Amino acid sequence: MFINFVTNKCSKKMSRPKRIRKMTNPPHFKGFRPIGLSEETSPVVLNYEEYEAIRLSDFELHGQVEASQIMNISRPTYARIYESARRKVAQAFVLGKAIVFEGGKVYFNSEWYSCNSCRCWFNHPAKQLEVKNCALCGSTDVEQFNDNSEQSTTDDICICPNCNDEKAHTPGIPCKKEICTKCNCQMMRKGAPHLHRMKNNNCQ
Amino acid sequence: MKVAITSTGNSPESTLDSRFGRCAYFVVYDTESQATEFIPNPNKESVEGAGPASVTLVASRGVKKVVSGEFGAKVKAIFDQLQIQLVVLNEPEKKIREIIDLLNHQN
Repeated sequence: MFINFVTNKCSKKMSRPKRIRKMTNPPHFKGFRPIGLSEETSPVVLNYEEYEAIRLSDFELHGQVEASQIMNISRPTYARIYESARRKVAQAFVLGKAIVFEGGKVYFNSEWYSCNSCRCWFNHPAKQLEVKNCALCGSTDVEQFNDNSEQSTTDDICICPNCNDEKAHTPGIPCKKEICTKCNCQMMRKGAPHLHRMKNNNCQ
Repeated sequence: MKVAITSTGNSPESTLDSRFGRCAYFVVYDTESQATEFIPNPNKESVEGAGPASVTLVASRGVKKVVSGEFGAKVKAIFDQLQIQLVVLNEPEKKIREIIDLLNHQN
């Protein structure tokens, strides 16, 4: 009876929405097909986020922490995506299935360039081609625009959702285990997407 | 190649509209035939979803490049998927005629 009640409750509860994964380099083709197999089997669908995980870990040889920051997700989530990606690739290799790149909760982040002649910024969707001319005035005086400012300010700070008191984050101790010294509220990671909803929620 | 420019009015003397989704007019300029077409933006007054709706409008004209002052986060993602190039110009005083001249310079 009690178990029934609990499972009912849990199934009705919505899970946390997935964070959108950032993709820097989508594939230029749609997938792979095995050689020498006549009959078509159902293909393995490799999500874009899984493709990106394999690219970051095994092609660009990033560590998992680094790669998860590039994709703007947590390290454990990255590990799960990477594991699922490897299993799908292995399945395709062993069973001779085709691989199709498709879907996944991602957004593409193309590289931005700035032109010193007309002072405009432009991006470049066709990534395989090299950028030589400005998209607007055609000048060759262009340089790649790097936006590194967004990360560093919000990293590793615990914040109280109630009084906005901040404290440096101690590695190993989750922010929600920290208690605000002013109003005894549960603290949170600064920049968390659900920060505004937690106001006055976890005060003692 | 067709280029879309966001405009505050419907003449070549109007200035660039710095917003993409809620701009007054879209100017579709064809670099080959040098023809310009002014399209009033139906999403100018919308409360929500003006960006994606404007993307659909622009993409349906076969545009390959979009010039505006600013693009929202949703819009950028959709344009990236459609492989349409974005140009951000931080000069709201610039006239449509001047921007078209800049584009012609390229060829």
